[in-house]
Amino acid sequence: MPPPLQAQRLLLSHRRLPSPHRRRFTAVSSLPSSPAKTVAAAAAHAPSSILSIRESLLSGERTAAEITAEYLSRLRRTEPSVRSFIHVADAAAEREAEELDRRIATEGLDAVGPLAGVLVGVKDNLCTANMPSTGGSRILDGYQPAYDATAVRRLREAGAIVVGKTNLDEFGMGSTTEGSGFQVTTNPWDDSRVPGGSSGGSASAVSARQCVVSLGSDTGGSVRQPASFCGVVGLKPTYGRVSRFGLMAYASSLDVVGCFGSSVVDTATILSVIAGHDKMDSTSSSHDVSDYKSELVPLDLLESKPLNGMRIGIIQETLGEGVETGVISSIKDAASHLEQLGSVVEEVSLPSFSLGLPAYYILASSEASSNLSRYDGIRYGRQVSGDDLNELYGGSRANGLGHEVKMRILMGTYALSAGYYDAYYKRAQQVRTLVKKSFKEALERYDILVSPAAPSAAYKIGEKINDPLAMYAGDTMTVNVNLAGLPALVVPCGFVEGGSAGLPVGLQMIGSPFSEGNLLRIGHIFEQTLQNYSFVPPLLAES
Amino acid sequence: MALTLLRGMRTPVVARRNAGLFFTTLQTPLLSRFTTRAESARAAAHKSIQLATKEAAEQKTQSFEAVIGIETHVQLSTVTKAFCSCPYSYGSQPNSTVCPTCMGHPGTLPVLNAKVVECAVKLGLALNCEIATTSKFDRKQYFYPDLPKGYQISQFDIPIAKEGYLDLDLPVEFGGGHRRFGVTRVHMEEDAGKLLHSESGSYSQVDLNRAGVPLLEIVSEPDMRTGIEAAEYGAELQRLVRYLGVSNGNMQEGSLRCDVNVSVRPIGQSNFGTKVEIKNMNSFSAISRAIDYEISRQILLHKEGQADQIVQETRLWDESSQKTFTMRKKEGLADYRYFPEPDLPEVVLTSEYIDEIQNSMPELPEAKRRRFENMGLSMQDVLFLANDDNVARFFDSTLEHGADAKLAANWIMGDIAAYLKNEKLSIDEIKLTPLELSELIASIKNGTISGKIGKEILIELIAKGGTVKSVIEEKDLVQIADPAAIEAMVDQVLADNPKQLEQYRSGKTKLQGFFAGQVMKASKGKANPVLLNKILGEKLKANS
Repeated sequence: MPPPLQAQRLLLSHRRLPSPHRRRFTAVSSLPSSPAKTVAAAAAHAPSSILSIRESLLSGERTAAEITAEYLSRLRRTEPSVRSFIHVADAAAEREAEELDRRIATEGLDAVGPLAGVLVGVKDNLCTANMPSTGGSRILDGYQPAYDATAVRRLREAGAIVVGKTNLDEFGMGSTTEGSGFQVTTNPWDDSRVPGGSSGGSASAVSARQCVVSLGSDTGGSVRQPASFCGVVGLKPTYGRVSRFGLMAYASSLDVVGCFGSSVVDTATILSVIAGHDKMDSTSSSHDVSDYKSELVPLDLLESKPLNGMRIGIIQETLGEGVETGVISSIKDAASHLEQLGSVVEEVSLPSFSLGLPAYYILASSEASSNLSRYDGIRYGRQVSGDDLNELYGGSRANGLGHEVKMRILMGTYALSAGYYDAYYKRAQQVRTLVKKSFKEALERYDILVSPAAPSAAYKIGEKINDPLAMYAGDTMTVNVNLAGLPALVVPCGFVEGGSAGLPVGLQMIGSPFSEGNLLRIGHIFEQTLQNYSFVPPLLAES
Repeated sequence: MALTLLRGMRTPVVARRNAGLFFTTLQTPLLSRFTTRAESARAAAHKSIQLATKEAAEQKTQSFEAVIGIETHVQLSTVTKAFCSCPYSYGSQPNSTVCPTCMGHPGTLPVLNAKVVECAVKLGLALNCEIATTSKFDRKQYFYPDLPKGYQISQFDIPIAKEGYLDLDLPVEFGGGHRRFGVTRVHMEEDAGKLLHSESGSYSQVDLNRAGVPLLEIVSEPDMRTGIEAAEYGAELQRLVRYLGVSNGNMQEGSLRCDVNVSVRPIGQSNFGTKVEIKNMNSFSAISRAIDYEISRQILLHKEGQADQIVQETRLWDESSQKTFTMRKKEGLADYRYFPEPDLPEVVLTSEYIDEIQNSMPELPEAKRRRFENMGLSMQDVLFLANDDNVARFFDSTLEHGADAKLAANWIMGDIAAYLKNEKLSIDEIKLTPLELSELIASIKNGTISGKIGKEILIELIAKGGTVKSVIEEKDLVQIADPAAIEAMVDQVLADNPKQLEQYRSGKTKLQGFFAGQVMKASKGKANPVLLNKILGEKLKANS
């Protein structure tokens, strides 16, 4: 691999684990004999928290109550600076954990679901029956849904404990979580920086180990970009892979429920639980759901070149202008790592790539202008009374909705207006068709495509708040994937300079529709063989 | 402002705002439930009014022609709503048949009720439309408190059915005549809720029971020229949806609502005049009257040189004053910002599916009318028998049991219809069966009973049921057709009334009727009247 990045890597050396060779990557051939079984190395290999919880419960080493207490104690300690949660259901979590312990004691571990004792953070735009659900908007302050979102219900049925509702940009519109109507979440790697967004709270909560895994939603990158910023694994499934029922709609044709974990195994485990057809969502797919976790090969069983024969395309357009050099070098390093694992990596050009961003903002805003009409103050949520109907509507919406949301509603309303529809909405749909086509063609030639998840690492709070175009440009790596409806996995792959310990960078891997299993398998191999980095934020080391 | 719009029915309410979440009301007094009998009672009344307004309209329309198009909303009688599993029944306690989905709660998604598609295809085929094998839903966006999501799920540029027509026969009393009116399109959509306005006007309440109930919107071509044509178009549509079983077609409950567009133009002009929309008619008679009123109003403005006063607007029909009033002026075209509904996949129909529905279609009113017409029945009979599915079925069944068409028609349209009207019943609510009606007709034809006795038996059968045979036996009603027996009775009557016999002989021959009556009385009405008169005549002649 080209060595010019060496200097930068040295800056990050304190994040690296002791390695006799001071090499970036462990030689693959040495994998089986590598010090993988030492405690330090195991930490670097992103162990599965879910598996460890399961083992603890099985051996009786720890109870669900103890595990819950551990996470809650960490949550209480870190939350004042991170502020991941809009609502913490600590008492309910403790109660549920005790109940699990009782059932395990009387009926055995098989009586409880596979996610028993696993604390889950849920993005606050997913409905939860016994907790407030605000979508990060003041207009839903105090609103409590009558039902659980399908993804939440499935997690609960598998034994998971919902620990709270995580912060987000209002209704998912934003890339920093600064657009929340309630609070600003900080990045666990540097509390002066944003966690990304819109699922910033879900990403920071997993990063700070406030919960084991979390649910997010991804309309234009809202899972992948915060995963990259916070150094966690983030998965945006294929459109329709996970039911949207109970997800407060932002842009229905792009919205996907996604998930975060501190390891690929955990992410895969969650996906198996939440994925699948739901009769409550006509756009959910009945494509088979596999046990994604079981398809992941443990490190010690990997062949020397586990990606042999695999063709990987690195998207040319994502490594050019406007992308931080640190990010580019991290991605190139990741690419050479993939090569060392046996794959062929080539640059591929997606000619329609640059068209995706404007098309995305037209389509997403158009759908948002419609989807957010229901927040009118009539049936639920904040109501400002008025002398006539327009005053009631105007007052409730002016008062309850935030700046970014209003701006997108206005843009979307404009784009759908008579006389403008053809020039904007219709044209954007045509671009969408082009984007889909170019991805399809590229994915016929390559097994997966890779790119950065964002053009930069986490930036400073307030840095782009008054420059929406700069913020929108940050979505350029991710929006095309939503337009095409494809699955994408973000796995931490390196660091750039910043903060006290460097700032994580994520590698985005994009696959064909419903190829989550393949992405998770490749992501897992990548993660397990990336030995030199630990993606545990300094926040946790400090204590 | 919008709060004063009369979109739902106005009902007195005693309620307060409930916990900021919802507006609820106590049970409201309901309009009496509509049945076929109410319809037939009303039909009689409306015909005379229609006749009067028609004549009035005709006089005024000289040198002008009206152009009328109708948008009809038909509420489907599916078990559950269009996009959620809530039931719907008219008149339920407000907000009692609602769920997060039809209340437009965050995160909810529509799931299409397959029955809605089936109903749409049925009606589309019945209207001779082209059925779209691929159609889609769109969102029609506007704000109103009875519209929970801020948009209505509807179909915009690709309706499920288009380019059809509707055949009908105008009632004989309006000059009759066959008409074919074009149908532009049929599309699926969801209904909105209802606003209930307080008496004081200081607050309004929302009832979302109706929100999400499936509707078919049927848009006609501007093919109608008079109020009666429009009313008959509506009535034929009502018959169709009832024949197909897709809706109860009840106008009082709002299951069938007609919005009418009316414009007038000088005869010979090819461009349409400015069209005015009229709403709030809850009977076909009201449709006819409202249109004729509106035509007169517009023609008058033309004649007074004030045609510019005719503006694109929505007017409401006011039943008490028999006039239309401006509800709202349209400032340009409303922009509903339609776009494809991303929560619902396209509706894709296979030709097998469409064929299957086509093959399961019942005989429709138009086909029925032509069939009855070919039996030699008059148009008046045809319309009466074919226009009510139940009557038609009764009639057909009577014929299947061997009855003569004309005789069966006479019985149904005469004594049976009169009974139904008096008792306010529909034909399927009486105890008389088609089999017994055919038996009755046969018994009269073969001379077992007289026509007069037949009428008595009929009433008995309608009210209590049973068979013709058992009633005849039970009441000993078999006709006396034995000449000797009748002769004996005649002799007895003549012997018992010597005074009258003397008067007869002195020239008062009208008394033959008296003697006949006495004989009939003596026979308890069973004497064969033909035989009786023959024998009586002979006796009187012989005696004189």
